[in-house]
Amino acid sequence: MDSMLIYKALLTVGVFAVSLGIAAYLTWGERKLAAILQDRVGPDRAGPFGLLQPLADGVKMLMKEEMIPSKANKWLFIFGPSFFMLTACMTGAVIPWGSGITVDGVVYPLQVTDINIGLLYLLGVVSIGVYGIMIGGWSSNNKYSLLGALRASSQMISYEVAMGMALIALTMITGTLSLGEISRQQDAGLANVVYQPLGFLIFIICAFAETNRAPFDLPESESELVGGYHTEYSSMKLGFFLFAEYINMFISSAVMATLYFGGYNFPFQHELGLEGNTLAILQTAALFIKIAIFIFVFMWVRWTLPRFRYDQLMNLGWKVLLPLSIANIFITGIVMWALGKLN
Amino acid sequence: MLSEYIFWFLSFVAVFSAAGMIFSKNPVYSVLSLIVTFFAVAGHYFLLGAQFLAAVHIIVYAGAIMVLFLYVIMMLNLNELEEEKKSLYTKALSFFAGGVLMLVLIAVVRRTEELQLIQPAVYNADLGLTQHLGKVLYKEFLVPFELASVLFLSAMVGAVYLSKKDLA
Repeated sequence: MDSMLIYKALLTVGVFAVSLGIAAYLTWGERKLAAILQDRVGPDRAGPFGLLQPLADGVKMLMKEEMIPSKANKWLFIFGPSFFMLTACMTGAVIPWGSGITVDGVVYPLQVTDINIGLLYLLGVVSIGVYGIMIGGWSSNNKYSLLGALRASSQMISYEVAMGMALIALTMITGTLSLGEISRQQDAGLANVVYQPLGFLIFIICAFAETNRAPFDLPESESELVGGYHTEYSSMKLGFFLFAEYINMFISSAVMATLYFGGYNFPFQHELGLEGNTLAILQTAALFIKIAIFIFVFMWVRWTLPRFRYDQLMNLGWKVLLPLSIANIFITGIVMWALGKLN
Repeated sequence: MLSEYIFWFLSFVAVFSAAGMIFSKNPVYSVLSLIVTFFAVAGHYFLLGAQFLAAVHIIVYAGAIMVLFLYVIMMLNLNELEEEKKSLYTKALSFFAGGVLMLVLIAVVRRTEELQLIQPAVYNADLGLTQHLGKVLYKEFLVPFELASVLFLSAMVGAVYLSKKDLA
């Protein structure tokens, strides 16, 4: 039991480190992809293909002068980005990163904790994540920051509703809130996206809005609000805000892959004749390929679509996505009733 | 033993953040203290095995309602100078009302001990899990549950009506 505890602690550190490492390289990936889409070369000075660029950026962020505006609320000004980073790192704990490695007959699960309210935990962490932006924006004591913070909070609350409704329809099918169990079910049957195409569509749109990514990046829209909620931030505190966005993107890609696209399972995995740990490693690799595809979609959309106007954003959230997600619940219920799946 | 330490720690945090909510001059600090209180109470729910309640408590209170509170306070940008001064009469009345409420609560807590409503020997620890809660709510208490939903719906309709009144 003690070795399990040590293993879990190591796994927590591992998930944390992997999230940070991937987020660092996503900044490089984003700039490279933007360059390709705009017919440019992109970063290529630091190391081969500019691969050392994230390190250079990190050093730059750390070495820059720390600035706290004289009229700002000092403690909350520091608390904002720290809390945003904390909530970004918290969600990785419930995602099953693989089926489990067996050593000496003991199965070591690749999931930090399989709590049976996993989905609610995700929603809870996402819903308190907005405080980082709100507190950061308010404590800066700047009109633009405050506007960015207000936009962020109303946007995130609006899209959380539709996101929760989309997840309710998913829960009706799976009958569980545990992410580990949802992954295992998709091993036996088809991926959930086959049963919940509309739910997935709503979920991915809400995921874009929750991570404040274009076309929903109104909280920081640089063309109207200077820099939005992080206008007054410099140095690593700004780095935290920017970095947490990439962690959020990575985690929400992982959540979408787990909930709707089979998690770590891949097609015909049991026909390969592979057993135990080899299969488990391949499954983890499959999950990361799915995550990479979703991250590519996130970046692709950002460099393709223009930003929404604020009233369009609210109309989409409340008048399109919310009714659609409620209709989705009804349709799911009727189909399940017709197939005799209700008990 | 560990859960007892956690209980005392959470109670300490809950009481002190609740006091901080009342005594802080800055309304933003008040809201933040109240959020801390909600987290401590959610921790108590977890200790009691009510996982679903704890998670929903965080999502609804800390994640939605308090965000709107903070939103409004930030928008108005309230500070201590603009705070409305209350008359002695109002203060005395609110003190009286609060005291009566506290008496009622203490009486209830004392009565539960006498009545022994919770018997540890037959208490089902899984009762707070989502599955059990759903079955109890939708099978045994379906009518009160639906009545509560109708109440919420009418409150929602009322809120929409009030916000639309200026337009008409």
